[in-house]
Amino acid sequence: MAQGMSRKPYVRPMTSEWIFRHPRYVRYMVREFSCLFIGGWTLLLVWGLKQLAEGPAAWAAFLQWLTSPASIVFHVAALGFASYHSITWFNLTPKALPVQRGEEFLPDRAISGAHFVAWALVSVAILFLAGAF
Amino acid sequence: MTERAVELEVLRYNPETDREPRFQRYSVNCREEWVVLDALNHVKETVDPTLSYRWSCHMAVCGSCGMMINGEPKLACKSFLRDYAGVIRVEPLAHFPIERDLVTVIDDFMAKLARVKPYLIPKEPAPANGGEYRQTPAELKKFKQFTLCINCMLCYAACPEYGIIPKYIGPAAIALAHRYNQDSRDGGREARQEEIAATEGAWECSFVGACSEVCPEHVDPAGAIQQVKIRSTVDWYKEHLMPWRKE
Repeated sequence: MAQGMSRKPYVRPMTSEWIFRHPRYVRYMVREFSCLFIGGWTLLLVWGLKQLAEGPAAWAAFLQWLTSPASIVFHVAALGFASYHSITWFNLTPKALPVQRGEEFLPDRAISGAHFVAWALVSVAILFLAGAF
Repeated sequence: MTERAVELEVLRYNPETDREPRFQRYSVNCREEWVVLDALNHVKETVDPTLSYRWSCHMAVCGSCGMMINGEPKLACKSFLRDYAGVIRVEPLAHFPIERDLVTVIDDFMAKLARVKPYLIPKEPAPANGGEYRQTPAELKKFKQFTLCINCMLCYAACPEYGIIPKYIGPAAIALAHRYNQDSRDGGREARQEEIAATEGAWECSFVGACSEVCPEHVDPAGAIQQVKIRSTVDWYKEHLMPWRKE
């Protein structure tokens, strides 16, 4: 560096505007935001267990609340966010879990596809246990 | 020869006279097939010789001309003017301090790169007359993609985690560490783990994935970081659940 040359680097502040710099950041934030709904649904499940422990009357009131419009709106939103999270997450799995067979890597679709198949099987098993069939 | 009128809005900063950066507009006639770097060179040659920016190869190999073009990290030599409509806004790479105009201070990245030991650390010292290291095509393919990094730092400019937490080692450095960890000739993984398996290493990443989207060489640093996380997790379980097992 030339002698006598002064350095005064300018540091630009990091603001929350980055979220809107490109749609990929919005998609990412939606994926992060989905945790609020999934967390909320988990709390609801804990609350349901508590009502169950408190006796038939409390449990019946809980089941009654589940049929309310507020509960249905929440469940639809939670299902939407949980699906969005799972689908975007499974689509990313080929990056994290590359499988090399011989010289070549398995195609991305094989890795994410295996996750979707496992997801479907587990869902069917849970529905079966819940007596849906 | 077709020409097009191009309006460039360039972020300028002179550390000797300016308190903060400001945009300056340049209107120049450019050839249809030019890239943004050609337009900047044209401005420097014909309008404003004080405009400062880094560039070298003009063929997406050296990694010098990374800058924000309309808010997106790009190599100026690979960004064709015909792909942009209206005013083209050119800024220095995000998340790096500005040295002058489009030139950023890259000391932080250079230091992090050195910390991850991006070179072969042989498993055991090999005698000079021991012949070459042999590698199968499959062993080469396991890490080849990660060798393509040109250190252009677009991934750092795309990564909000690096912007928010500057201590984060960042995508390119971790991808390069992973490149050597995956190499059958290398035995230095343990030495690199200290840096890349730490909180400020791979665990700072929340998998935004932007680094891989902007990478001009399709290195996929996001993939490398997730693979580092998985291997580090396996290490942790082995260490805690199977303490008798020492490698």
